[in-house]
Amino acid sequence: MARSRSAVLAGEADDAVLVAALRRGDRQAVDDLIERWSTPMLRLALVYVDDRTAAEDVVQEAWIGVLQGIHGFEGRASLKTWVFRLVANRATTRAMRERRTVPFSAVATSAAAIDADCFIPAGEAWAGHWATPPRPLTADERLLAGETRAHLARAIRGLPSAQRAVLTLRDVEGWSSTEVCDVLSLSEVNQRVLLHRARSRVRQSMEPYLHEGASDR
Amino acid sequence: MTADLSCREFVEFVTDYLERALEPHERVRCEQHLVVCSECSDYLDGTRATIRLTRTLAVEDELGAAGRQRLVDALDRWQAGNP
Repeated sequence: MARSRSAVLAGEADDAVLVAALRRGDRQAVDDLIERWSTPMLRLALVYVDDRTAAEDVVQEAWIGVLQGIHGFEGRASLKTWVFRLVANRATTRAMRERRTVPFSAVATSAAAIDADCFIPAGEAWAGHWATPPRPLTADERLLAGETRAHLARAIRGLPSAQRAVLTLRDVEGWSSTEVCDVLSLSEVNQRVLLHRARSRVRQSMEPYLHEGASDR
Repeated sequence: MTADLSCREFVEFVTDYLERALEPHERVRCEQHLVVCSECSDYLDGTRATIRLTRTLAVEDELGAAGRQRLVDALDRWQAGNP
């Protein structure tokens, strides 16, 4: 048991082993998966449902959905993809019911992610070049300061939900684009457009924190 | 010869560049632009730094011990009703 626990926590146990454990109602396996996935599940739920208690309910409902549905799980998607899709679906349903968010599919437009005002306008010398250039980066240690991280977390919370979902799974959780596309039912192209808009916007809001002298302001 | 990329165009390519999703000729245009444009190199560095910093948010324990306990308790109650 100790060995299977550490394998689950290390992310090594393969789906067949986990699915079998969940099917026989092995609480140890459930608890290990709760440990590993519940924070990312809550983060995804919070994209759609701002209320913390409601988001925890979504995670709880998703886990009950997992325990109920595991016998019918066919393994066409990975277990992780299936579990997180349950979260996204339940959170969306709840958000629609409470009419708190715009539908997720209000998606990608082709407009530029960075405001045209940042660049020298067409017709002038150096058209398309930076009007106010980005400055060199400050040392990474300063970026890790609590205030900087809090600002970053706020910037992510301020994104439209589709962008926030993609950025959260890609850049906070470090998932691959394929996994994100599977969970959020997006095409690769749409996923990249959403990621681009999200990263550009977050990066822009981080501009004052990214450079030397930022702490003097 | 392909036309030079402007900074304004480069910033819109930056995600595809980092995702290695560009066509080879577009990638070459970006790389040629980066060689001559220190501002866009700085922009790219800032983008990479933001991504690295974003990844550090994963360690935040959003659920917390109390939340985890509420979840485990709820699942225990559910399992007790569905043996």
